[in-house]
Amino acid sequence: MTAKVLTITSGKGGVGKTTTVANLAVAFASKNQKVVCIDGDIGLRNLDVILGLENRIVYDIVDIVEGRCRTRQAMIRDKRFPDLFLIPAAQTRDKNAVSPSDMVRLCNELREEFDWIIIDSPAGIERGFKNSIAPADIVAIVTNPEMSAVRDADRVIGIIEAEEKKPPYLIINRIKPSMVDKGNMLSVDDIYELLRIEVIGVIPEDENVLIASNKGVPLAIDAKTRSGMAFRNIARRFVGEEVPFLELKETNFWNKLNIFGQKD
Amino acid sequence: MKLIDLFSKPKSVRSAKDRLRLVLINDRINISPATISDLKDELIAVISKYVDIDPQRVQVQIDSDGRTQKLVADIPIRSNTKKR
Repeated sequence: MTAKVLTITSGKGGVGKTTTVANLAVAFASKNQKVVCIDGDIGLRNLDVILGLENRIVYDIVDIVEGRCRTRQAMIRDKRFPDLFLIPAAQTRDKNAVSPSDMVRLCNELREEFDWIIIDSPAGIERGFKNSIAPADIVAIVTNPEMSAVRDADRVIGIIEAEEKKPPYLIINRIKPSMVDKGNMLSVDDIYELLRIEVIGVIPEDENVLIASNKGVPLAIDAKTRSGMAFRNIARRFVGEEVPFLELKETNFWNKLNIFGQKD
Repeated sequence: MKLIDLFSKPKSVRSAKDRLRLVLINDRINISPATISDLKDELIAVISKYVDIDPQRVQVQIDSDGRTQKLVADIPIRSNTKKR
């Protein structure tokens, strides 16, 4: 088994990186893939909360790097999925406690044991971001259909290109088809036209995301919600399946409804 | 562009796209409009030494081709039909 290291980053904060990591992790795990998530946001950890594992942290990534525990001891096993683990970030340290080469070393140690290592990058383009992309085989950038998120995504794409990594993938989060139809929100095509990297997922705006984070149970744990399905589809595309973009069809459906509305 | 786009996109998306397009080009190449203007003036001076061009109609701008930016100069040559 040789894991692929998938880093989720964005430039701008608050676009849904941690939500994406948690949901992809659960989606991979429910396909019987062995997954470990690493929270790269030292000082502002949150992946533990989104996964509902916050009460089980004993050691964290800085403890591993500084030799206070073995890697295995800092890995929290998700009781819902025996093959899903979290390595939490330290909350009381800063980003300089870990270096890019520490991250490469840690991922290399984990590679043999897992199918996927998913790294939750912090916002920004500084140390925590550099730590997160250093070991990445695949980078996916999360953005929202919004000026500053698209602009920051472009900056991050530029930096990743300069690092001579493979071109990153794009995940467009929080699309509202009704606003797109009214011409008041950038569409998937608009964003693709501006950023020109492959879109691997489109997630509609969904109140259930907040409810899921309240509960600590990622949506992609089942296929009951559209956004949960969208996350599961991204995981399927990452393992090489051809999955159509359901959301776009839904957009067309709403589009038609609106036309009828205007005729009335 | 689909026909339906003509009707359904008259609103803020237009300005978002136009503004983002310019912002991204600026972020990617980091050349100020003043520098482009200087470049254009020098380009006109150099080319005029060899070819009879119309300085008023020269256009120099940054264009995007996928994720690559290119410098595009449109330099119309003055026709010499009058002289004949």
